[in-house]
Amino acid sequence: MEIAINKYILAIVTTDKNKVLYSGVPVFYCNDEEEKELVASNLTRITNGMVHDLGNGVYIIVRH
Amino acid sequence: MPKTHYAILAGTIMGTIARFYLLRVDYRQYPSYPQGYTIHLTFGAIAAALGAVTIPAILNKDYSAVTFIALAAQHFRDVRKLERESLEKIEQDELVKRGQAYIEDISKKFESRNYVAMLTGLATVLAIYITKKILFGIITGLVVLTVMRFAIKPRTIETIAEVKPAKIHFKGSLLAVDNIVLTNVGLKEARKKLLNDALAVKIIPKDDNARVTLANIGQRQAIIHDIVSILGIRQERDEPEFTPISKRDPDSGNVVIVALVREPDIECMIEVVKKAPLLEASRRQPLDTYIGRKAAD
Repeated sequence: MEIAINKYILAIVTTDKNKVLYSGVPVFYCNDEEEKELVASNLTRITNGMVHDLGNGVYIIVRH
Repeated sequence: MPKTHYAILAGTIMGTIARFYLLRVDYRQYPSYPQGYTIHLTFGAIAAALGAVTIPAILNKDYSAVTFIALAAQHFRDVRKLERESLEKIEQDELVKRGQAYIEDISKKFESRNYVAMLTGLATVLAIYITKKILFGIITGLVVLTVMRFAIKPRTIETIAEVKPAKIHFKGSLLAVDNIVLTNVGLKEARKKLLNDALAVKIIPKDDNARVTLANIGQRQAIIHDIVSILGIRQERDEPEFTPISKRDPDSGNVVIVALVREPDIECMIEVVKKAPLLEASRRQPLDTYIGRKAAD
């Protein structure tokens, strides 16, 4: 039987450094909202992951 | 009395016609290729021949003919296996997957259609032996075919639930339909596109049986696959946020489906959902049990 993890965080995109102190996955710091949208949009196309908004200014890219 | 081989020939032809009649290309686009036709017509003809030779063989005191039937059953199971494997292989390349339950349902249909071919062949020969007229055999074959066709006809979603249009809205980044939250969409651009172009339907189960049936993820995936097969989809493989999605309200049992279809016609989408097949594998009937009825009131 093949065992695979099917939901995992690929990357974190944020404008607020205080929200992500330590992370096992890559964190992309952005200067403003516009850059955050752009980086998240590019990451989703590259990784096939989906962008989710945690509601506190942090975006996570999740592979479903 | 017609000669034995004429009777067998008539039975085989009637059985093959039965298989041909059930071999339709519909919106599922399966089988839609000449290869598919060839495979299934040949299997159907073999099944019909097996059915047709049974009666003459038994009358000839060749009781080992029963093993023919066993052989046929094995052969039909192989047909199901073949279909399952083939569909599972295709599945990997599907943008929107059929789901295991739908694949199993389709494979089962292929198996059962071979039984129809066999039984039509058998009934045709039996009628010819009883009435001693080929014409009666053909009529019996047609009757058996029609009855079986009706018996194996799949039920549809509209028999168990109502389907209504629904409105998409966002609560912050949460995509919701009638207060049922489906997923979290992070990108503002994606939210805008979903809000403008996506369609949503609400499936309201008529009773507890329907409620449990619609809870099955395979059943919902089958509905989504049908929507996408017919109305198309505006999604590429690097756009997971536009994947059609279904969600069930745990309290009411209502199911909502959101899809970014190529042809945004809500009436058509409702019609597709209504006509989607009710999968055998997902059908549950708790109301048929005493405890189920007691719990429901």
